[in-house]
Amino acid sequence: MSTSAAAPTPKGTGTLISPASTRHSRIMGVGAYRPARVVPNSEIVEQINSSDEWIRERSGIVSRHWAAPDESVIDMAEVAARQAMEHAGITPEQIGFVLMATVTHPYQTPAAAPELAARLGSTAPAMDISAACAGYCYGVAIGSDMVKGGSADHVLVIGVEKLSDFTDPYDRSTAFIFGDGAGACVIGPSDTPGIGPTIWGSEGTQRDTITQTQPWTQIRKSFRGRTMEEAAGGPPLEQAGEPEVGEAAHWPTLAMAGQAVFRWAVWGMAPVAQKAIDAAGITADDLDAFIPHQANIRIIDAMIKQLKLPADIPVARDIVTTANTSAASIPIATTRMLAEKEIPSGGLALQIGFGAGLVYAAQVIVLP
Amino acid sequence: MAQSEQEILEGLAEIVNEETGLDTDQVELDKSFTDDLDIDSLSMMTIVVNAEEKFGVRIPDDEVKNLKTVRDAVNFISNAQG
Repeated sequence: MSTSAAAPTPKGTGTLISPASTRHSRIMGVGAYRPARVVPNSEIVEQINSSDEWIRERSGIVSRHWAAPDESVIDMAEVAARQAMEHAGITPEQIGFVLMATVTHPYQTPAAAPELAARLGSTAPAMDISAACAGYCYGVAIGSDMVKGGSADHVLVIGVEKLSDFTDPYDRSTAFIFGDGAGACVIGPSDTPGIGPTIWGSEGTQRDTITQTQPWTQIRKSFRGRTMEEAAGGPPLEQAGEPEVGEAAHWPTLAMAGQAVFRWAVWGMAPVAQKAIDAAGITADDLDAFIPHQANIRIIDAMIKQLKLPADIPVARDIVTTANTSAASIPIATTRMLAEKEIPSGGLALQIGFGAGLVYAAQVIVLP
Repeated sequence: MAQSEQEILEGLAEIVNEETGLDTDQVELDKSFTDDLDIDSLSMMTIVVNAEEKFGVRIPDDEVKNLKTVRDAVNFISNAQG
């Protein structure tokens, strides 16, 4: 940078005004959507040379929901969002921001959130969050701060995934793990604290632990100089004599180093959950619910043990029938547990999300 | 503080017992964790983390797959303790 010119001086004629907000935030309503099609383990086992019993033992999963081929993340998010808005008692005009947590919206751009906002009849600012299985808790943290800071009165947070589009049916470690679905919440202003401090972070050095198998640019290379149109109109690559098609053109899916994830999730995340309890100024005994990301029943059970949670606290185990729906798993479980009166409205719930990145976030919330 | 192989074996057997319910005397040096003791990968990880704590050693994720028999684990821990 040149230092010869004198630095400009500010005019100093205007003073910004900004509302000094001191209000609190809370979750006003939740909603969820599970696609109609139930896929039992029996539909999965053949490709991975496995059994229903093996899958249940290792993951707790009995069945999962898969979206229809023409059902998008926005379709699923819309149902959950409308339910959350109805529960919260707000209209589309009242939405001040739409935060959509997803890693399976199949467009690099535009984001899914603006289209969802439009479908709901809203022109509120809208963007996607890419924080994998921690996406919903990231959304709650950001939405809560928006409400507290005054940049939005009501924030719609959605966690939604169509993981079936990115699952390798022949991968023994992931083929049975993932499911599709959507969950949502509305965050609004409150006279009393309704969302505790978020304990969050990232461990990017462990990026390879859970990752898409190859970048989109790799697929482009498989066209080997042909345009998309030429490739689409021409003969299949195999017939065209293109080498290595199987490898190069392989559709990206999600791959996971299961044991490493297990170690990180249980022994790495239990202290994070404990910090969220401490930061909220409560003890584990005060909790009315524990709603961890539904990654694997073994992770959930081991985490409870590590946290030394009192035995009478209801724990989300939706993994059994919804499998791992990434960003959607926590709000789907919350909505079900409230609807089935398993957990009390007004009670305290500890929620923690953790996943690809690696990223994580935990907070204690007051249930709507 | 280095422990004898017998001490490590006994400590490991207690950890295995706690995780799986198997009798400690079934945890013998020549037994395979997967084939003989029917311990799956996630239980193995729990055993590994508890062993790290108990024996004051670090067992990297990449190393776990090499610990096929109880003897492998005892040797690894023994060497790691120096």
